[in-house]
Amino acid sequence: MTFVQNLTFFVLAAFVGYEIITKIPTNLHTPLMSGANAISGITLIGSVVVAGSGSTTLATGLGFVAVVMATVNVVGGYLVTNSMLEQFRSGDDRRGRD
Amino acid sequence: MAAILGGLPSSVLAFVYLVAGVLFIQGLRDMTHPRTAPRGNLISAGGMALAVGVTVLVTDILSPILLFAGLLVGAAIGVWLAMTVETTEMPQLVGLFNGFGGGASALVAGAELIDMFGTGSFQLGVTATAALAGLIGSVTFWGSLVAAGKLHGVVDDSAVRYDGEQVVKALFLVLAVLAGIHLVVRPNLLGAVPLSGWVPSYWVLVAAASILGVLLVIPIGGADMPVVIALLNSYSGLAAATTGFVLDNSVLIIAGTLVGASGLILTVIMCESMNRSLANVFFGGIGETSESDEEMEDIYEGNITTTSPEEVEMTLDVADRVVIVPGYGMAVAQAQHAVAELSELLEDAGVDVEFGIHPVAGRMPGHMNVLLAEADVPYEKLRDLEEINPTFSQTDVVIVIGANDVVNPSANEAGSGPLAGMPVLNVGEARTVIVNKRSLSPGFSGVPNPLFAQDNTNMLFGDGKETMQELVNIYKENH
Repeated sequence: MTFVQNLTFFVLAAFVGYEIITKIPTNLHTPLMSGANAISGITLIGSVVVAGSGSTTLATGLGFVAVVMATVNVVGGYLVTNSMLEQFRSGDDRRGRD
Repeated sequence: MAAILGGLPSSVLAFVYLVAGVLFIQGLRDMTHPRTAPRGNLISAGGMALAVGVTVLVTDILSPILLFAGLLVGAAIGVWLAMTVETTEMPQLVGLFNGFGGGASALVAGAELIDMFGTGSFQLGVTATAALAGLIGSVTFWGSLVAAGKLHGVVDDSAVRYDGEQVVKALFLVLAVLAGIHLVVRPNLLGAVPLSGWVPSYWVLVAAASILGVLLVIPIGGADMPVVIALLNSYSGLAAATTGFVLDNSVLIIAGTLVGASGLILTVIMCESMNRSLANVFFGGIGETSESDEEMEDIYEGNITTTSPEEVEMTLDVADRVVIVPGYGMAVAQAQHAVAELSELLEDAGVDVEFGIHPVAGRMPGHMNVLLAEADVPYEKLRDLEEINPTFSQTDVVIVIGANDVVNPSANEAGSGPLAGMPVLNVGEARTVIVNKRSLSPGFSGVPNPLFAQDNTNMLFGDGKETMQELVNIYKENH
C-alpha cells in the first residue's frame, strides 16, 4: 500500500471517530477512555509481527517486550472496562425494582 | 515454525483487518448508551481477538515459544491488574495501560527499523513515520508512568515548577526532532557509526522523547490530571496509528486513529470545563500560587457556620428535593457507598434526589460517575452541569461532599484568577447548602471559596466516609 492509501484510512477513521465519540454521554466517559485504551493495544499486531519474525536477536527481543506490554494493555483494558460497565448496568437493573 | 496459514493471499488478511476495524467502530457506537455498552466492549474485544489471531496464524513465526511466552506473561499481568484494582485506583490503572500501549508502539517501530537495516533499504515514509511513532510512543509511556505515579501517590502530585522549565523542555524536543531528522536523512557526517545495525539515531530520539515525557507531566498538579490522562489516551492511539504507517497495516491505522480522536475530544471537553486552553494546562502553571492566609481569613472570619450530622438529618427531614455534589474528596475518603446509601434512604422517604457532577470532578473524565455506578446509584440520577444548574433554585438541600473549586462562586465573577470563567455548579442558589470537608483549606486552585461563608451554607467538618455513615445511621434511627 502506498502512503497516500494509508493516509486515506487515517483521515476517514478520524471523521468516523469524531462522529461517534461526540455522541457518547458524560456518564460513560471513563469506560470510553478505558475501552478506547484497550483498542490502542492493537499495536499488539505489530508486536507479534516483529517478535515472531524479527531477523535479528535485538529486534526479536524488543518485539518480545512490546508483546508483553501490548498484551497487558489489551487484556487488562478490556477486563477493566467490562467490570466498570457491569456496574453501570446493575444500576440500570435496579431501577426496575421501583 | 512456518506460518500455519502462510499461503493465505494478502487480500484475505486485509479483508479480515477490515472486519476487525468495523467491529471496533461498532463497539464504540454501542458505547453511546449504558445498556448497550457492555455488548460494545465485547464486540470491540472480538475485533481485537480476530485481528491478533489472524496475524499470529499468518505470520512466519521464527520463535513461537518466545511469542507465546510474551502473550502469556502479558495476559497474566493484565488479568492480575484488572482483578485486583479498586475502583478508586482506576485513574492510575487507566493511565498505566495507556503508557504500555504507547511504549509498545515505540518499541515496534524501533524493531522494524532494525530489521529493515538488515535488508539495507530504508524508505522515506517508513523512517519518518517510525520517528513519529518513537516520539509519541515514548512521550506517552513516560508521561503516563509519571501521571499514574502522581495519582497513586508515589510521585509528588503538586505542580512542580522551576525556572527555565519551558527552555529545558524545548531543548529535549529539539534534540528528539534532530535525531528524527537524522534518522530520515541519514547524512554520513559521523562516518559509519550512526548507521550501525541498531539504528542509534532512533534510540537517541527515544531517549530525548522519554525525558520530555517525564518533564511534561511532572509540573502538572493532581486536579489537572483529567486533561493529562485524556491527552495521553489520545497519544497512545496516535502512536498505534503511526506504527500502522510504519508497518503498512490498515487495522492499526484505523483503530489507532479512533482512539486518537476519542482522547482528543475528551481532552477538549475537559479543557472547556475549566475554561482553560490545553497550552495553559501544560505550561500555564496553576496551583503554585496560593492566596495569602490573610485574604482567606478576611472572607471566612466570623462567617462560617458549622453543623452536625444530627442537624443535617433534621434539615433533610423537611426537604423535598436534595442534590448531592461529589468531588475528588469523596473518592479519597471512599465515601461513595455511604453517599449512595443516604440517597437511597432519602428516595425511600419520598425525597427527590439527584447528583450534580462537574466534568472535571475527580482525576479522570467521568471519575465520579464510575464511583457512583460502583455504589449502585442508577445512572439516571447523575446529572451533568448544564442539566443540574437550572434546578438549584428549586432545590431544598445541596450536599457538597469533598468538592471545592467546582462549586466556587467566584469563578462566575469577572477577574483574572485561576478559576475565572470556569463553569461551576451554582449550589449557592439552593435554600440550604451543606458542605462536608475536612477543613477550610483551599482547593487545587488555591483560591478561597466564598460559598463557605454564605449565610445559607453550613460546614459539616469531618472525614467524608465517617461523616456520611454517621448521617446514614442517624437517619435510619429516626425513620
